[in-house]
Amino acid sequence: MTLVYVEHQDGRPDDASLQAIALVREITGGAPLHALLAGPGAEDAAAGLGAHGVATAHIAEHEALASHAPVALARCIGELIERLSPAAVAAAGSERGNEVLAHAAALGDLPLAANCVAAEAGDPLTVTRIRWGGSLLEDARLHGPVKLLTVAPHTVEAAEVGAGPATLERFTPSLADADLVVRVVETVEQSSEGGVNLADARFVVSCGRGAGSPEGFAPAEELAALLGGAVGCSRAVTIAGWRSHTDQVGQTGTKIAPEVYLACGISGATQHMAGCKGAKRIIAVNVDPEAPIIANADYAVIGDLHEVIPAITAELRKAGAG
Amino acid sequence: MNILVCAKRVPMTGGTIVLTEDEQSIQTRHLGFTISPHEECGVEEAVRLIEANGGESVVLALGPSEAEEQLRDAMALGVDRAILLETADEVDGQATAAAIVAAIEAERAAGVEFDLIFFGNESADSGNYQVGIRVAHALGRPCVTGVKGITVQDGRARCEQETASGRDVYDVPLPAVITVKEGLNLPRYPSVPGRLRAKRKPLAASAPERRDAGVEKLRLRLPPGQGKQAEILGHGPEAAPAVVEVLRRAGLVT
Amino acid sequence: MSDLPTSARAVVIGAGIVGNSISYHLSELGWRDLVLLDKGPFPNPGGSTGHASNFIFPVDHSKEMTALTLDSMRQYQDLDVFTESGGIEVARTEQRMQELHRRMSSAHAWGIDRVSMVTPAEIKQMVPFIDETILLGGFSSPGVGVVDSLRAGTIMRERAVAAGALTISANTEVLGVDVERGRVRRVRTTRGDIETEVVVVACGVWSPAIAQMAGALIPLTPAVHQMIDIGPVPRFASSTRHIEYPIVRDMDTFMYERQDGIGLEIGSYAHRPILHDPEEIPSIEQAALSPTELPFTQADFDKQMEDALELMPEIVGDESVGVKYAINGLLSLTPDGMPLLGETHEVRGLWSCAAVWVKEGPGIAKAVAEWMTHGESEIDLHSSDIARFWDHQKTRAHVRARTSEGFNKTYGIIHPSEQWASNRDVRLPPFHARQRELDAVFFEAAGWERPHWYESNAPLLEEYADRINQREAEWDARWWSPIINAEHLAMRDRAGMVDLSAFTIFDVAGPGALEAVQGVAVRQMDVPVGRVVYTPVLTPGGGFKADLTIMRLDDELFRVVTGGAHGPADRKWFADRLPQDGSAQIADLTSAWTTLGLWGPRARDILGSVTRDDVSHEGFRFGSCRTIEIDTLRVLASRISYVGDLGWELYVPIEQGQKLWDVIAEAGRPHGLAPVGIGVYGTTGRLEKCYRAYGFELESEYNVCEAGMAGPKVKDEDFVGKQAHLRHRDEQPAAIMCTLTVDDHTSASGVKRYMLGREPIQTRDGQPLTDSRGRRSYVTSAGAGPSVGKHLLMAYLPPEQAQVGAELAVEYLNERYPVTVAVAGSTPIFDPDNERIRS
Repeated sequence: MTLVYVEHQDGRPDDASLQAIALVREITGGAPLHALLAGPGAEDAAAGLGAHGVATAHIAEHEALASHAPVALARCIGELIERLSPAAVAAAGSERGNEVLAHAAALGDLPLAANCVAAEAGDPLTVTRIRWGGSLLEDARLHGPVKLLTVAPHTVEAAEVGAGPATLERFTPSLADADLVVRVVETVEQSSEGGVNLADARFVVSCGRGAGSPEGFAPAEELAALLGGAVGCSRAVTIAGWRSHTDQVGQTGTKIAPEVYLACGISGATQHMAGCKGAKRIIAVNVDPEAPIIANADYAVIGDLHEVIPAITAELRKAGAG
Repeated sequence: MNILVCAKRVPMTGGTIVLTEDEQSIQTRHLGFTISPHEECGVEEAVRLIEANGGESVVLALGPSEAEEQLRDAMALGVDRAILLETADEVDGQATAAAIVAAIEAERAAGVEFDLIFFGNESADSGNYQVGIRVAHALGRPCVTGVKGITVQDGRARCEQETASGRDVYDVPLPAVITVKEGLNLPRYPSVPGRLRAKRKPLAASAPERRDAGVEKLRLRLPPGQGKQAEILGHGPEAAPAVVEVLRRAGLVT
Repeated sequence: MSDLPTSARAVVIGAGIVGNSISYHLSELGWRDLVLLDKGPFPNPGGSTGHASNFIFPVDHSKEMTALTLDSMRQYQDLDVFTESGGIEVARTEQRMQELHRRMSSAHAWGIDRVSMVTPAEIKQMVPFIDETILLGGFSSPGVGVVDSLRAGTIMRERAVAAGALTISANTEVLGVDVERGRVRRVRTTRGDIETEVVVVACGVWSPAIAQMAGALIPLTPAVHQMIDIGPVPRFASSTRHIEYPIVRDMDTFMYERQDGIGLEIGSYAHRPILHDPEEIPSIEQAALSPTELPFTQADFDKQMEDALELMPEIVGDESVGVKYAINGLLSLTPDGMPLLGETHEVRGLWSCAAVWVKEGPGIAKAVAEWMTHGESEIDLHSSDIARFWDHQKTRAHVRARTSEGFNKTYGIIHPSEQWASNRDVRLPPFHARQRELDAVFFEAAGWERPHWYESNAPLLEEYADRINQREAEWDARWWSPIINAEHLAMRDRAGMVDLSAFTIFDVAGPGALEAVQGVAVRQMDVPVGRVVYTPVLTPGGGFKADLTIMRLDDELFRVVTGGAHGPADRKWFADRLPQDGSAQIADLTSAWTTLGLWGPRARDILGSVTRDDVSHEGFRFGSCRTIEIDTLRVLASRISYVGDLGWELYVPIEQGQKLWDVIAEAGRPHGLAPVGIGVYGTTGRLEKCYRAYGFELESEYNVCEAGMAGPKVKDEDFVGKQAHLRHRDEQPAAIMCTLTVDDHTSASGVKRYMLGREPIQTRDGQPLTDSRGRRSYVTSAGAGPSVGKHLLMAYLPPEQAQVGAELAVEYLNERYPVTVAVAGSTPIFDPDNERIRS
């Protein structure tokens, strides 16, 4: 059998976890696929997992799991490994999925392959995982008595396989105080006054060093405001201190998934592209028609961002937008 | 207060990644190297904390002998000394953690206890997401990951993580391991005197024990679907109507 | 962006400062249907222009480079992209102070008067963040400035496009340059082929790779120049301009420091030479920054940081000032440090405009455009002519050896006679073994090892002790020996033999040979077989292209003999002007024949003792040549002289050279024959005779009449430059070549000093002499005249000063010494009636 740690929110499993289930299903063969859920809403979230091929959903019940406690969660996985001897344990390659599985790997001294995009059954397990935020693939053999892996989000399609509802099995993990040292003790909600969240924005306009100065972002701000979108930037811009790191789109910044991403004066280094892979359409504005970003964009405008962005704004105004 | 910051040497990739012929690594002939971005912030944080609290900061890298360059870079920013764990080839997360743990044990044997150990949340290149956590468990210390805000007070570290809706806060006792993310701070540039001091700061190199890889790299390859050619909407401001048309098709403009 | 045309008058490859600029200048000169390509984007395609430091110090010891730089500055100013900042070259050592004094004199020689020596305190006033206590002084050049080279290139490109002369195509990579029958036919690119007969390679560090596509060699190497930018500098925070403080060149550490906005840029030529292969430069996609901005190698820069810290502790030592940018920038280096200009030898129509830096870019582009249009440029480019290289000097290994050696000389103190240490002993004359036995001191010329003097002649010093000056100052005596003067006197008294193997020798043969040489030489070439003619060769504008001798060996066979260094250029000049019908051909015999000179009052006695042929004055007239038998050798003897004494040039097949040497040496022994080095042949011998030398007195910027070399009449036949020459004969010359003697050598500190050449000639009170064409008077050649007991200087002087007895001054190392005009025109100062050569 195999086990997937499922993250959830508001009583629904996260997409990334469902994607992880889809990949694990591939290597589970005929054996049963189990899931582990914990925290408030776990049962609701488990309800629909059967459709994704989950036979049994284990619900870890412990008051300490009300807030995120990665070591405790890893203990839950450890218990199930002990009890069920799964061939593989997986989670979404989300921040927390990676974190929890790394703890589980550390506790069991097991290898862990993070952010896999494909796996082929066998022992050792053959996996393909991403590096450089997705700019590079690695084929690897995953050894160990239990194969621990996470699945890179948005690289595998989640799919319902039409199976019946999963059996729910509740259990109370035995957690020591030490397992609860690391846990969220306070949550600060971000006020949404600051405008549209970059990660969720349906339209993002970013500028690179070509903006020339912090003031050079004014036209982008105006365009983003007009479309209810957000302004991003490249790493070069944050390093120069022109904008806050929260605006940085990239491998080490924010990963965005807008309907349209307007990337202006950005060359398209792998670091940046890793952050905008999720965009549905990329329009690159660049003076250099050979800039790498053009090979990764859907549309391109060859020109200077200082001229092109205001022209787009003007055109939108003319069309009566905003 | 003593702080260890672990930093990885990674190439500064441009727009295109080129692989070596044996498909085992990136062709770096034309590339410069840097400290992996998250760890740059770790170095900066360590330097700031030592500046504020006193004590010693140590930077550790596991990698080829050339990683001395990144260790000197860190020392140029103010880190006091460096440890280089020399490995010719890339090693997996388990082996990396084991080597670092051994080095920390050696430091302890020499009387140095680290109150804080910083890692990057994940390295820019291999992105294994696990070394810091493994080290923490081996040392029996708490580990907070993905940290973008740290306040150290009264023997505890208050750590903030960024989430989609705001911030999650952890509060752990020292000694602790913290994996950090870019955005934690804005790292300084090295000053010339800093650079010159870095040349003279101590660097201890040793070769860690080898162990078999649990995640055994077979080969690297480039993802398919690269090099699609964008449809050119036009040149300069004249392209604006075509851009607006794309926005309209995407449902952003009615 | 326009479509690429299928044909063009000329294709310029490379859109850095050079390519943009030459496109513009060609269009200004009337060229149309030009195409400018670059594989990168505009305006910054990723070459060296994009990361250039962009500052210009005008003063160089090279007249040619200074002229090109000054012209460039004028162009940048006209384009409104020049910001004057001033610049100071500072000295930390006494040797450097002397060098800065020498720069003062060079500035005056080339017409730059807005310069001065400054004290450490004055430096501190101009550059308040400098530690002046470690300095001895400085050379201040207020005209120094910074340019926006990308902007300049863009403006020039746009002007050429606006003129309807130019089509531009960015992101267009050259795939091949097709050559048919030795001539460029087309350029193949990623955007299609362009038929053309003219291609300009202006691709900087990529130039060798592009030239290679056509089978031509452009001998340069990409090399690293390290620079860093530190900031923000508190002192610069309130700057309203990009640069408000003078640029400092810390000459002794081979570094510069300049304000760049709120930052300070520190550049270095001090690190180890880091050379790359043109094929190894990353593509635009592979490069993290740009193809010519390579990853910084910190270890190479450590020492430089310490030096910068020492000079500017306030800024460089400021802990809040960070290293924001650091690169190993690529630039082009050549084996001798000069640019590579002109049509390549290998391929007609393929022009090189490479190894050009921002400071001289527009000036060079203008000059090369003129050359392409008129066959010559206003500024003489002979030191930059790519034809100066012999084949072995274009090899990768030679280029690497010389550029490795030369890199750290970028800010070095280079003696005018300084010799290279690397890749020597490549071209060895057949006499070489004998010369080594005689402890010859070898100087290099065109790759040949030539004895400059023979240590074995040291005993002559005693013989001539009362007629030979020692040189007291180390600088004056460097690369020099009093033995040269002793050899000179021995030759004048008895005889000397000179190795002339470095001569370039080529035959012009065929039914059209007379027409071919006649059309190039100023003198009448339709002379009887067996005559030797010394003739100027002119540019279309009547300036000097060459001076050389031509032997008529047969009705349809002429042998041209010229210097080693300029031989390839001279040969190309003839080859480019051969009759269209192929009736004359050129064969290079440089490596087939060797030459031994034998001169002096005993020369006839010596030669007569080893030949049965008639070598009497009547039997072998001056200016004639014929084959004679010497011992067991058949030798082509030519009775001419460049040292002003009776004698012959003796030509034999190269493998018989040593035999000839041995026979002559043996025969000469009873007559006191001495081997004599080039120190005599090239300097003392000719100076006493007021013989001019190409590249010194003879340049395209001066004409035959000014040089005092006009013949009594002009031949009827046409020749290159004839119209101009006829015009010059009708004019009053703007300057006249004169020979001056130094009246007093004593410096202010009481040391006797000896000028080496290229110093300004002034009035006794220090006023510069400028002729009516705006040319400054300067020493074209300097050296001892042992037979006349004077130190001799040659210089073009305005007619008012070109009077025998005129009292003037020479400025040497920023001090003035009195001189007197001894000869105005070409009358020799020694043996004015030429009795010796005609005896």
